[in-house]
Amino acid sequence: MTTAPSPGGARISAALWRRPWLRASLTLTPPLAWFFVIYLASLAVLLLTSLWSVDPFTNNLHHQLTFANFREIFTATYLRIIWRTVVLAALVTITDVVLALPFAYFMARVATRRVRAALFVAVLLPLWASYLARVYAWIVILTKGGTLNWAFRHVGLPEPNIGYTHTAMWLVFSYIWLPFMIIPVYTSLERIPDSLIEASSDLGARQFRTLRTVVWPLALPGIVAGSIFTFSLTLGDFITPLLIGGTNSNLIGNVIYDNIGTANNLPFAAALAIVPIVIMTIYLLGARFLGAFEAM
Amino acid sequence: METRATRIVLVVWVIGVLLFLFVPIATIIVFAFDRETVQAWPIEHYTTHWFSVAWHDQDVRDSLWLSVKAGLAAMFIALILGSLAAFAVHRFRFFGREAVSLLLVLPLALPGIITGIALQSFFSYNSVMLSLTTIIIGHTTFCIVVIYNNVLARLRQTSGSLMEASSDLGAHPLQTFRYVTLPMLSTALIAGALLAFALSFDEVVVTTFTSGAQNTLPLWIFGSIRTGNQLPEVNAVVVFVLAITIIPVAISVRLTGGGGVTRSSVATARD
Amino acid sequence: MKPPRNRRPRWLPTVLALVAAVTLLGACGSSAKTSTPTPGGTSGTAGLKVPTADMAPLESIGKGEGKVNVIAWDGYTEPEWVKPFETQTGCKVNTKVGTTSSDMVSLMANGGGGQYDLVSASGDADLRLIYGGDVRPVNVDLIPAWKDFHPFLQSPSFNTIDGIHYGVSLQFGPNTLLYAKSAFPTAPDTWKVIYDTKYKGKVTVPNNPIQIADAALYLSKSQPDLGIKDPYELTQTQFAAAVALLKDQKVLVKKYWNLPSEEESLFKNGETVVGASWPVQTGNLKKSGFAADDTIPKEGATGWADSWLLATKAPHPNCAYLWMKYISEPRPQAQQALSFGETPANRKACPIMDELEKGGCARLHADKPEAYYQSLQFWKTPLAQCGDGKTDCVPFQKWVAAWTEITG
Repeated sequence: MTTAPSPGGARISAALWRRPWLRASLTLTPPLAWFFVIYLASLAVLLLTSLWSVDPFTNNLHHQLTFANFREIFTATYLRIIWRTVVLAALVTITDVVLALPFAYFMARVATRRVRAALFVAVLLPLWASYLARVYAWIVILTKGGTLNWAFRHVGLPEPNIGYTHTAMWLVFSYIWLPFMIIPVYTSLERIPDSLIEASSDLGARQFRTLRTVVWPLALPGIVAGSIFTFSLTLGDFITPLLIGGTNSNLIGNVIYDNIGTANNLPFAAALAIVPIVIMTIYLLGARFLGAFEAM
Repeated sequence: METRATRIVLVVWVIGVLLFLFVPIATIIVFAFDRETVQAWPIEHYTTHWFSVAWHDQDVRDSLWLSVKAGLAAMFIALILGSLAAFAVHRFRFFGREAVSLLLVLPLALPGIITGIALQSFFSYNSVMLSLTTIIIGHTTFCIVVIYNNVLARLRQTSGSLMEASSDLGAHPLQTFRYVTLPMLSTALIAGALLAFALSFDEVVVTTFTSGAQNTLPLWIFGSIRTGNQLPEVNAVVVFVLAITIIPVAISVRLTGGGGVTRSSVATARD
Repeated sequence: MKPPRNRRPRWLPTVLALVAAVTLLGACGSSAKTSTPTPGGTSGTAGLKVPTADMAPLESIGKGEGKVNVIAWDGYTEPEWVKPFETQTGCKVNTKVGTTSSDMVSLMANGGGGQYDLVSASGDADLRLIYGGDVRPVNVDLIPAWKDFHPFLQSPSFNTIDGIHYGVSLQFGPNTLLYAKSAFPTAPDTWKVIYDTKYKGKVTVPNNPIQIADAALYLSKSQPDLGIKDPYELTQTQFAAAVALLKDQKVLVKKYWNLPSEEESLFKNGETVVGASWPVQTGNLKKSGFAADDTIPKEGATGWADSWLLATKAPHPNCAYLWMKYISEPRPQAQQALSFGETPANRKACPIMDELEKGGCARLHADKPEAYYQSLQFWKTPLAQCGDGKTDCVPFQKWVAAWTEITG
């Protein structure tokens, strides 16, 4: 395995070793350049667009800066929609945490190696079955003549009839994002060393105490990391409310979508888009505080 | 540590969640055999006709191939850029480090529709024609995040002493990288690459805004569900994809030892 | 020994500032391109100029470029009529499927971006594309079948402004009243049924702001003193009345459908029994064995009409014209109408429809007298400019905002 380093290679390495800032720049510049030039630049343009408006007569963009779009967002119609989206995102997040925790715990600490691998495959596999197809499958399941009602009827229970309701949206969102919660929670539970758990019981703590005081704080970063996904994905999704929602089901995502295209109101759509950006930035700062960035 | 009762509860819970995860998948599979295009339960006529339609549909093949190309390209670029970013954030303390680590999460933390319309406006302002390249650019942007997270997590886990030992033994940095760092990272890279590819393969929101006269598979599906003339064909295509991907997913899970993160028996030192 | 000092890359903050500056400069600079309309545009209605009105259309069709890129609805470019075209002309047809009208408008941004040649847009998107400068004038003399079109589709206001054609009409369809035979043994004869509390929770209407025009159409007959003449040109009072009607309707609605397949599912699964619809859904429901039918009530109906519009930056104009020429002819018109479930623009398609499918012409209302078609109020993008010179009509952006409020 040992090979004599080439003189040229050695020189470059030495030069890099002596200049840490050069190494930093070289490693950092390409990804940062990508991000700045493409991603941040486009977000900045979006931000700027939200301060413009569209002339209703000529349909051209007015470049005067104005807060008219934001004023309109702060009216009952849109505030209600924003609130509904945030509440739904929170509910979905909580549901996914509850579903994922025991599952991830089992995977990380109880299952044998083989079972763990099988479970991992089982969690990843739905991600390969098109998001659209899975949402469509839920329509078939939840609708009046669908499989859920049929199943309840068969066992003699009253039909739940939750097609095209808020309950349906909550259910479908929780379903779709569940793998994104299980994986980070599993990752952080996985990392807890056995020795820590053993030490805890050596010190006299019983199962529940250990779970509460040792496992939970160490799992928290993974939970917060997963919640970033479930929360933001719900905040911006427009396909699920369109397909699964009934009346009073507008979410931020589909209102944004409605305002692009034929409505041709990109400034207003951009202003609406700022709302999830602000919400997620606050959420991210809170998550960083809770140490989530260690666990993603 | 867990009591027997707890274990039983956990097993029941796991089975419940698995059912939850797979009932819709089962629904997709079953309805791929439905003769009717308007799907209702119970199915009256079963047929394999739609599988044959899907198999011979040139649009499906074209869009599938495009999805693979876009996914692979995005994955490879993201592997490079994401790893670089992870190294930078892990090893160096530079001005704006906290900001950068926050920044690098944005593409996944912000809703897809925002990334989509931002990128679309950006491309149109700069008169860049939407094409496979712009699709790849869009996908790479969030794939970088996935790779970055995985690599960073692994870097944080492994002690730097291994690399120091390597240079103590006379290897220069490039050799250390090749013989020590890279093997250490390999499973994290594979896990990250797999997840990145999966995300790119199924991505529909950003892709609708960044694609030109091409269709990836999700875009084809999106267009096909409109009139509902081909819903069973869509299901058949999904069944094909699932059947094909089960093997690579299983292999890579085994390769990475179940998640790409090895259990350490010593408490990790946080640096 | 002191370890080497980790000097901060001092370039970082500078680069940040530079990039930010460049970005903003770039945005301001390039957006200047979009703000000023190209001089010399003709005003279709007061204050509005069509940016591309002065572009000279093609004089004659030259040699085909080998391919044509189109944005079309799913089902508009089936091999049945595309293959003969490709063999005849050597132009390969590449289709990008549009999911909604908004989707099509987005795709056609910037004159089709130099990628797309044609778009089969519906009336609600046409004016947006025309006034946005994304489509260019078409020479209908190069489309011989145009003479055989229904008169009202030769130069309709949604694709022809001031005598300049920006596309060719393709197919059309009424917005029908769809009903389940289980709830309506005989066809209902009025739109009132979708506003009737008797069917609470069993109604469905399209999730499209243009639906306000349907409410306006109903009001034009049920509340004549509102004075609604054109359901797309509404004054503030007329608009408010339509919106109020729709808000009352909301409690009756089970779901606002976005895709035809959704409505089909709603009916087949027993969620809804009546609603606003298109002939496509009726056809699909019947094909899958569900007892439903559609009708045009006595108040009349709105309708949609699709046209092939020519992109401003079409890279393959000759193939584009060859396509428009081909698709306007009776046989392809008939094939598409029967396959998709719509009515051809070409009057001569009717006998061929019957040849391909017995009773096909009547099924798709292609055999009706002209007066019937005149009664359909086709979609067009509502503008602030009313047709009569006034400019206080409600523009489409307000329709979108009102619709968001209505649907909740």
